[in-house]
Amino acid sequence: MTTPVLSVRDLTVSFPSEAGRVDAVRGVSFDVAAGRTLGIVGESGSGKSVTSLAVMGLLDENASIGGSVTFDGQELLGKSDAQMSKIRGNGIAMIFQDPLTSLTPVFTVGDQIVEALTVHNPKLSKRAAWDRAVELLRLVGIPRPQERVRSFPHEFSGGMRQRVVIAIAMANDPKLIIADEPTTALDVTIQAQILDLIKTAQRETGAAVMMITHDMGVVANVADDVLVMYAGRAIEQAPVDELFADTRMPYSIGLLGAIPRVDKTEKTPLVPITGAPPLLVDLPDACPFADRCPIVTPECRAAEPALVTVGGKADHRAACIRAEEIRAGRIDGGPVYPVPEVPASRFDEVPRDLREPTLEVENLTKSFPLTKGAFLKRKVGEVHAVKGVSFDVREGETMAIVGESGSGKTTTLLQIMDFAPQDDGDVRIVGTSVADLKHAREERALRRDVQIVFQDPMGSLDPRMTVFDVVAEPLRTVGTAAKDIGPRVDELLDLVGLDPAHSDRFPAAFSGGQRQRIGIARALATNPKLVVLDEPVSALDVSVQAGVINLLDELKGRLGLSYLFVAHDLSVVRHIADRVAVMYLGSFVEHGDVDEVFDDPQHPYTRALLSAIPVPDPVRERTREHIVLTGDLPSPTDTITGCAFVSRCPLYQTLDPAEQTRCETEVPALTGRDGVHVNACHYR
Amino acid sequence: MTSRPIPLNDPDAGDDTTTPGSGHDAPERKRLTKWQLYSRRFARNRPAVAGVVIFALLVAFALFGSFFAKYDHVELDFLALSDPPSPEHWFGTNNSGNDLYAMVVVGLQRSLLIAVVVAVGTTVLSALVGTAAAYFGGRVERVSLFVIHFLMVAPTFLLLAMMSNDSGGDWKVIALVLILVSWFFQARTIWTMSLSLREREFVHAARYMGVPGLRIVLRHMIPNIGSLLVINFTLGVVGAVMAETGLSFLGFGVKLPDVSLGSLIGIGASSISSAPWLFAFPAAALTLLTVSMALIADGLRDALDPTSAAGGRA
Ligand SMILES: Nc1ncnc2c1ncn2[C@@H]1O[C@H](COP(=O)(O)OP(=O)(O)O)[C@@H](O)[C@H]1O
Ligand code: SF4
Ligand code: SF4
Ligand SMILES: [Mg+2]
Repeated sequence: MTTPVLSVRDLTVSFPSEAGRVDAVRGVSFDVAAGRTLGIVGESGSGKSVTSLAVMGLLDENASIGGSVTFDGQELLGKSDAQMSKIRGNGIAMIFQDPLTSLTPVFTVGDQIVEALTVHNPKLSKRAAWDRAVELLRLVGIPRPQERVRSFPHEFSGGMRQRVVIAIAMANDPKLIIADEPTTALDVTIQAQILDLIKTAQRETGAAVMMITHDMGVVANVADDVLVMYAGRAIEQAPVDELFADTRMPYSIGLLGAIPRVDKTEKTPLVPITGAPPLLVDLPDACPFADRCPIVTPECRAAEPALVTVGGKADHRAACIRAEEIRAGRIDGGPVYPVPEVPASRFDEVPRDLREPTLEVENLTKSFPLTKGAFLKRKVGEVHAVKGVSFDVREGETMAIVGESGSGKTTTLLQIMDFAPQDDGDVRIVGTSVADLKHAREERALRRDVQIVFQDPMGSLDPRMTVFDVVAEPLRTVGTAAKDIGPRVDELLDLVGLDPAHSDRFPAAFSGGQRQRIGIARALATNPKLVVLDEPVSALDVSVQAGVINLLDELKGRLGLSYLFVAHDLSVVRHIADRVAVMYLGSFVEHGDVDEVFDDPQHPYTRALLSAIPVPDPVRERTREHIVLTGDLPSPTDTITGCAFVSRCPLYQTLDPAEQTRCETEVPALTGRDGVHVNACHYR
Repeated sequence: MTSRPIPLNDPDAGDDTTTPGSGHDAPERKRLTKWQLYSRRFARNRPAVAGVVIFALLVAFALFGSFFAKYDHVELDFLALSDPPSPEHWFGTNNSGNDLYAMVVVGLQRSLLIAVVVAVGTTVLSALVGTAAAYFGGRVERVSLFVIHFLMVAPTFLLLAMMSNDSGGDWKVIALVLILVSWFFQARTIWTMSLSLREREFVHAARYMGVPGLRIVLRHMIPNIGSLLVINFTLGVVGAVMAETGLSFLGFGVKLPDVSLGSLIGIGASSISSAPWLFAFPAAALTLLTVSMALIADGLRDALDPTSAAGGRA
């Protein structure tokens, strides 16, 4: 075997804090060889980023670091800042989640690529450097690179900036590329492009890649080897196929079981990992996962299990004393995690046609005026955020709207929540048209029936109110008697799985998943018929997300709720929804029963979206066809005469000129089997 | 990223949510209201409690100090002109023979009253106008901003100083004047801060629950600028004492026979070398007043802070 490019041994990092010493990384060892990709996965706070920052020598001054980091034959720990920045400039490239942090706002992207090129190769002439910069921008898929090379970072979209960062990384001709959640802030179609690009960059430069992510799908897609981190330690380490096929450590098993799968039809409940990761202060000498592990034994708490080889394979190691008993996620003939039960809904037996609609939306439209000038605002155009959207949601049903950011999902929800009267359409909530609302009193009465849960569980709870007051607010608003409020709040908190004894705390005392449960409890307070959810789980870690998704499923069955659910994560949608609509630039391009749409996607955009999602199965990832869309979402200010998807449509590329003209000039309508599965493409 | 703060929640409040509907056994449980929480947190802060004690003593002194006084503050003791502190006149006398102890008691009363009335008045008025303008937007916002901006450029202080002068130094008129000349600066700051507040999701959430607008302003907007209001209030107390001193110095303030700390300090300052006690005692009272307010403000800010080290608990 060749010598690894990067070799980390017993890396420890700790920070002083008010509560004591925080041991963020506690003895991590790994190697990355040239041309190979190591995926590091784990929940937030598990020490992934600190590990990568330690390798790059970018940790805060107050961090104490131990162990050894050898890069290209030299020891990096103990090097001065100046030496480190030289090494970084010369052989290590970094790609962060927020590309803006790695780009200097006052220089053009060309300047920054040229700088990287000349640092690495001082003999390069200025001309040649600029030519190479343009070449690199073309390679990473920036359209019109000749012009864009003179643009500043803020003139690019998030995905485009990430490409520029990759271009700079490639200019460095690095031996090691460290990517820390490089696609977390991006939409799936852009994520697919960026992952492809990182692979291209790796091929071009032969670099070793360290890919840090929380997404098991991304790992399955890019990694050769995987390191699972928990509480600052590596708790399982194996080649990617081995890890997914024969997972040994309960935490890794939990991570995999907690993710909804876009490629699975049957709806089994997700298995959440209960509890929270331990605080990294004064950790006892015990398995750090013991409090959350479903198969914990007293011996687990006797000493912290070492990372040792399992199953007689030299390259598969796990830190669990029961690892040898576990085979492929099962122990003693049963699954490691007991599968939770989701109660059936009383609507399960009722055909859709016979259920009452709780929400009917007809031709919903919303445009924002586009103004220019700081003082005298002139209207110079309109942004058509939502264009003629129609759908209905029936009792006991979950309707999901999916789409990339900027597609108009949130605007659609807010229009409904605003009870905005429509010029040429209607919004009816449980049979009442919002156009008929005359008095504030009538409006308030209708608000009982429809409640909302927001994306950001912190932002939607007033930080100055105790949880009791938060949940009591809708009750007080509808005039519930004071003596009934206390018991009702307790009942609601209990319903969402929180301890009512904690209701005198402030939201800041709760974790993200718990806060989202508080938000759900508040939404349910008035016994609404329809709950509108805007990306309710996208801010949560996967293991916590699973718990919230199961809760939503369960509440729907138990209380007979309808959900209108907005998300960009198609796996979550497939898991939770009965009906789904795919939104692109303010319109639905495909709409129907969830299994119809996911099993037989018609519209080229839906197909691309589905194929862009990495599934947590390395074998399938390798064999699956990936449609990588080119380009970004067009600006919503552009006037589009024909199909909105024409600029990115792969099918359009294969059509003959006459057919292409139709795409460009005629707006496609939603056609197909009405009420079951429709799509808006002329040729599908 | 590197120095991620440790989550303040204790492990048992981690994500270990229980099985939904498992029926928590909590038979007789007292729920702390948010005010109980705040006062517990405040009580743990030693300097803040000291501030309250000092402030309480000052108030007690202002209210009951006259019971121990041997003289009335207008009474003249011709046998003791410009006397230093003595058993007869604890704080000494001025050149007309007024007992300084009695004058400080009355002066403190006046100053406290003016300061508290002014600080409460400006804080309440500016908070209501500022947050309501931001929340309601539209016409409410335009009209409020117009009034604020007009007052900012108009020579209000001069006009109102004349008005108070006409009233013959009545403290109520002076207090009103001070409220009217200071509320709009604060209202403007509060409006700017509330602009971002009105876009916060919890404000939207309340609106979508059907909570009426005014109640959203009172329940969600104003409490969330609480720290700012506390600072404004404290500075308002200090500022009002100072402003009243300034008015007195210009001859527009409290007039004899009525006295305030401001007018006493003004008089005392002119004879600081010959009769330093005339300056020292009122100045000491003023200092104690401002220091106690500062300590109280600090304590309040920490107690009201949802992210304080107490981690959202008492
Ligand atoms: N207040 C606004 N003013 C102008 N444009 C807006 C405003 N709000 C949203 N938009 C535009 O409407 C489109 C849809 O936005 P949004 O509904 O937030 O998308 P999503 O929820 O899918 O991320 C975007 O192009 C966005 O820029
Ligand atoms: S060592 Fe014990 S507690 Fe830790 S993961 Fe293994 S079985 Fe679970
Ligand atoms: S109508 Fe044309 S451009 Fe639009 S999705 Fe169909 S093939 Fe593509
Ligand atoms: Mg959105």
